[in-house]
Amino acid sequence: MTFSRRDTLALGAGAVAFSFMPFQVSAAADEAIAAFTGGAEVAEGGITLTAPEIAENGNTVPVSVDASGAMSILLLATGNPTPGVATFNFGELAGSQSASTRMRLAGTQDVVAIAKMADGSFARAASTVKVTIGGCGG
Amino acid sequence: MADGVKPRVKAPKKAAAGDVVTLKTLISHKMESGQRKGSDGNLIPRSIINRFTCEFNGKSVIDVTLEAAISTNPYFEFEATVPEAGDFKFTWYDDDGSVYDETKSVAIG
Amino acid sequence: MNFKTMSLISAVALALPTLGMADADDDTLVINEEIEMTTKAAAPAHLDGALGDKVMSGWHFRSDETQAMEMDDFDNPGMLGVEDGEVIWNTVEGSEGKSCASCHGESSEMAGVKATYPKWNDGAEEVRTLQMQVNDCRVNQMGAEAYGYDKGGALPLEALLSSVSRGMPVNVAIDGPAQSTWEQGKDIYYTRFGQLNLSCANCHEDNYGNMIRADHLSQGQVNGFPTYRLKNTKLNGSHSRFKGCIRDTRAATFNPGSPEFVALELYVTSRGNGLSVEGPSVRN
Repeated sequence: MTFSRRDTLALGAGAVAFSFMPFQVSAAADEAIAAFTGGAEVAEGGITLTAPEIAENGNTVPVSVDASGAMSILLLATGNPTPGVATFNFGELAGSQSASTRMRLAGTQDVVAIAKMADGSFARAASTVKVTIGGCGG
Repeated sequence: MADGVKPRVKAPKKAAAGDVVTLKTLISHKMESGQRKGSDGNLIPRSIINRFTCEFNGKSVIDVTLEAAISTNPYFEFEATVPEAGDFKFTWYDDDGSVYDETKSVAIG
Repeated sequence: MNFKTMSLISAVALALPTLGMADADDDTLVINEEIEMTTKAAAPAHLDGALGDKVMSGWHFRSDETQAMEMDDFDNPGMLGVEDGEVIWNTVEGSEGKSCASCHGESSEMAGVKATYPKWNDGAEEVRTLQMQVNDCRVNQMGAEAYGYDKGGALPLEALLSSVSRGMPVNVAIDGPAQSTWEQGKDIYYTRFGQLNLSCANCHEDNYGNMIRADHLSQGQVNGFPTYRLKNTKLNGSHSRFKGCIRDTRAATFNPGSPEFVALELYVTSRGNGLSVEGPSVRN
């Protein structure tokens, strides 16, 4: 098999695309999740994570979490140098188990939220946020 | 105390007993992440607000642990149940040991 | 998987992440559920159709999330600058023992002023930006030091004066004694600068609504200045923005406060005559 210049280019580009696609959760994010859950099983669903599909600037990305019946919610940016964003602990006078904030994302990545429910179970939601780079840096 | 740190809170002045109200908070703060390098090439040390709490008449509404990924001028929006007349107390804890707080009274009616 | 199949999949994967944005949107901007903003207006006659039949605020070119941050003063971090401006407004400085408020009263009494700047000053026989006028007051009325351009208290004060004029139409005079400065600004707007050989018009007139890499090009209107940018999380002045644009053409740029940028501010502001004063706006 011979590689033409064009084939090689496409292969390289493909490799770049593939390397981004599975959005591997970093070891640090895994550790943060394990510390939060104590290694317990985490179910999908039961929690809503709202973040833009495309963020105009990674410096200020609006994000909301909502998990009815949660005691606390861990929010992680799995692609950041340090994955922690915030942990929300809801008190007895919380009007809902929901909160919104603004976060920094170092690049396109998966944002993960894990809720610890009152019954000791855990629920997870994830959302991919594409972080765009400005036009000419001005 | 870091320069120019000023908390702001948006809360209703009145509610019916048992109402769920929306609260918004914003504090001016650089939230230096510890990831940036200064002009001398050395890392600028982390200096962030690391905890934010809201209580109503001494009972917890929310207690948030903040990490370096929270944006400059930390913003939170959340909901609280107002069982009676009283005071919301909002407190921000800075890495440098400073504590900033703000109180908002709510009347029933 | 053979090599050709791999290449094909690569090509498909690459083609997928396209951005759906194109033209400016049709959303409506109401601030605090109270101030109705004119974000699209009939193009001023002097443009002679260069921007089609209407001029548009940069707000229309931003994502829903960025747009929402400007719709409530509490959500708009630029309002922190306005609060700082209000403090400065009421602070006595300088040898004369005066604050801005000593002569002008409440900041809200300045509603409408921002809409007419840059503006010809008869006494000084020059076109002045609002920051130049503020410095004139500081030096000659208060006996205080002038602010550096886009520095110190200059942007918070400009943001304060802009905020009290929000919703009022931008209306700068381009004729009479201001005309020659306006012409100079127009020349700069259409002059190609730098190694990239780009004029303001190449991006903001010929290509607004198109994507420049992943960014949505606006008409380059300045009715929303000073503007809080998510990128640097602070208030940005129009002259600093001009400087950033010219620098990015890889040119030696003019400085904030230079006669060239004063002229350019007058000209670019006049391209948005009819749009609401919108500062402090929120942009990416």
